Amino acid sequence: MNVNYLLSADKKAPYDKVKLKTERVNLYYGSFQALRNITLDIPERAITAVIGPSGCGKSSFLRIFNRMNDLITGARVEGLVKIDDIPIYEDSIDVVELRKRVGMVFQKPNPFPMSVFENAAFGPRRHGKKSRSELEDIVKKSLQQAILWDEVKDKLDQPALALSGGQQQRLCIARVLAVEPEVILMDEPCSALDPVATLKIEDLMKSLAEDYTVVIVTHNMQQAARVSDMAAFIMMEEDRAGVLVEYGPTSQLFTNPRDKRTEDYITGRFG
Amino acid sequence: MLQRGASATAAEANAKRGLRRRRRLGEKFIESWIFLAGILAIVILLGIVILLLREGVPAFFYTSPWEFFLGTKWYPVSDPPTFGIMPFFVSTMMITLVATAIAVPIGVGCAAYLAEVASPKVRETVKPIIELLAGIPSVVMGFIGLMLLSPLVQSMFKLNTGLCGFTAAIMLSMMSLPIVVSVSEDALRAVPDEFRQAAYALGATKWETVRHVSIPAALSGITAAIMLGVGRAIGETMTVLMVAGGALAVPHSPTEPMMPMTAAIASGIGNAVRGGLQYQALFAIGLVLFIMTLAVNVIADRVLERQKRKFARS
Amino acid sequence: MQKAKISRHLSQRIAFGLFGLATVAVLIPVLFIIIQIIVNGAGTIDLQFLTQPPAQAGKAGGIFPAIVGTFYLMLGTVLFSLPVGILAGIYLAEYARDNRLTRLINMAILNLAGVPSIVYGLFGLGLFVLAFQFGMSLLAASLTLACQALAMIITTSREALLAVPREHREGSLAIGATKWQTVRYVVLPQALPGIVTGAILAICRAAGETAPILVVGAAFLLPGLPHSPFDQFMALAYHLYTVAAHVPGVPEGTMWGVALVLLGVVLSFNILATVIRLRVRRRRV
Repeated sequence: MNVNYLLSADKKAPYDKVKLKTERVNLYYGSFQALRNITLDIPERAITAVIGPSGCGKSSFLRIFNRMNDLITGARVEGLVKIDDIPIYEDSIDVVELRKRVGMVFQKPNPFPMSVFENAAFGPRRHGKKSRSELEDIVKKSLQQAILWDEVKDKLDQPALALSGGQQQRLCIARVLAVEPEVILMDEPCSALDPVATLKIEDLMKSLAEDYTVVIVTHNMQQAARVSDMAAFIMMEEDRAGVLVEYGPTSQLFTNPRDKRTEDYITGRFG
Repeated sequence: MLQRGASATAAEANAKRGLRRRRRLGEKFIESWIFLAGILAIVILLGIVILLLREGVPAFFYTSPWEFFLGTKWYPVSDPPTFGIMPFFVSTMMITLVATAIAVPIGVGCAAYLAEVASPKVRETVKPIIELLAGIPSVVMGFIGLMLLSPLVQSMFKLNTGLCGFTAAIMLSMMSLPIVVSVSEDALRAVPDEFRQAAYALGATKWETVRHVSIPAALSGITAAIMLGVGRAIGETMTVLMVAGGALAVPHSPTEPMMPMTAAIASGIGNAVRGGLQYQALFAIGLVLFIMTLAVNVIADRVLERQKRKFARS
Repeated sequence: MQKAKISRHLSQRIAFGLFGLATVAVLIPVLFIIIQIIVNGAGTIDLQFLTQPPAQAGKAGGIFPAIVGTFYLMLGTVLFSLPVGILAGIYLAEYARDNRLTRLINMAILNLAGVPSIVYGLFGLGLFVLAFQFGMSLLAASLTLACQALAMIITTSREALLAVPREHREGSLAIGATKWQTVRYVVLPQALPGIVTGAILAICRAAGETAPILVVGAAFLLPGLPHSPFDQFMALAYHLYTVAAHVPGVPEGTMWGVALVLLGVVLSFNILATVIRLRVRRRRV
């Protein structure tokens, strides 16, 4: 592992390439400030975890990267948000194309009320792929990547809602993979699942990180410690705006945190 | 840190081009149709209001509002014609009052039964039948009232004719029942179960819970249901046209034949000279009806919104 | 202590008994009316009744033109209200921004659904018959009934669309589908049963409405069938009203027969809508 980075206030990644970058980002919902002055670089092909007590704005922060906040009336982002050094909050950016590159998996598995096949094929279909054989290839590949293929290969035409919770979540991941994204955002992907399903998904995350940039939000610190390479700790200040307290390699953040607030959170003094 | 070479910048430009805003014409085409449909709906709404105003307001140039609303003489063919709508207004009020008095206890009682007492199976069987009642056309209800109910009323009250306000009120109450039952039942079922559980845990019987917890909590919804039922009764035309008797005097009791506002319009509009005084006066009645039902519906809507918000916290 | 307990249970039995009685009081009229109409009208229904035009000023013969007229009316209403209504419902549910104007529009449409049918008749008269100069015609009547149905179709479509959970929309948008694609492929299919049910109910109400067409185009006895939308027409609902309330000497059997045919048409659509709704609910569970 390359530990070549500055130990000062600069929160830079230890890897070669930065995939996602925020510079002094503020997020407002109307007049309420949800996030304040967040600056960090997220490295490519690694798992970055965003941790912090509930309500501090972690999910809102995640949604900045695929502009899902745009769907909320009154949401406003100030500051610079870049993917591959391209600012994404500009009028010239096509949001739909952005969301193809930056996919999202949600807390509660939300497969469409269609068959397993149709769920996975949904994205490619919308992006123009029509031939059945092409779709079958894509579906198979995504389901394999999501470590779900063996369990559903005989059930492709059955309703997705008949699958177990963990399987549904992996299907949602496959659905995202089918559109060939570069970044995968995961908003507490395991919080609605049982421990066995959770571990399966954590293994999946690690294999995904070899090809994709993965950013996960989790309130489960042990999970962050198990799975992530980099960790960002966000906390609410008195005015309920979330700030970035500390950001660095996971091992360092958990064993030797620089900020006292981080240490308090990690050791469970609040949460 | 990124190496900023010429090749990197070119790659970046290419990437940005990939993310640049697409034309998506097909999308815009469909969306414009959807938007147009929305506009059309609004236009029609406004159209109704504007038309009623345009044709009805001139009536008040001929008849002062005072005379119009409080006058008791509706003689469109006398010379000069007079247009006082008191007979119609009182008829509407009387029929609506009696119909509501019948429909509310029965409707709310039925709703309470379905929401609190009946088993799901019973509910699944009863509700479609009630909706069937809502589906019976008003002219059929009028027909039934004419053929079956009015002879009964005539003999029961020893009247000259069974075509009177009371008969109309009974038929109208049947027509209001479905909406009273439906909205009241929704209101009762919207009361969170936690309230009931708390009462049971304190040792209350089911009836005591319903009486002291469920119904008070659902009261605004039930009020809204009653108002919607009233609105239905006020606006009903064919039934009252066929069964209420059609007499032009201000009624003194429900057992007299009478003519509510809706029937007045329906029976008069055929003969009215287009654009003439009677025509305008009938439109003016239409305007009054529109405002009355609008007011009732708006208030009921507000009340329902408030109830929804009250329980949204849980 | 025992005495208090007994009276508490007793009052519960009385109260619930009264509630049950109220429910019966609601059910009895429906069943009674339907049975009466079937019993009294069935005797008159035969092939001749359904396929022949009326004779002797409605006292004999059949009601074929009225059936055809009602059918045309329903067709016209569907044509003018269904596409616009569903699209407007989609607009209000998916595209309109959540501001005061939208809330005002929603409320206006909701209230419009409650406007008395005679007022719609006046509107149709003033606008379609007179201002547009369509005259007392099938076209004017269809448009009038369509306006009435429109409010209902918009409301039910909108509610059916809003009932689709937000998560499905988010899931679709988050993998790069456009808004319309999300509506078309995820939201609309789920809302379809509700939309269809609402549409069926609105259309069958049009079949049963008398007041608007009374004002706007229906006639009692016409020599032939309408050949163009600008002709006048007969309709079942209007026919029933006229023979019951205005024409002396019509045999009772005929009147009940007309009522039965009208009721049959309206209720079969009603039942269809209910069946669709129940089947979908069962499948979802």
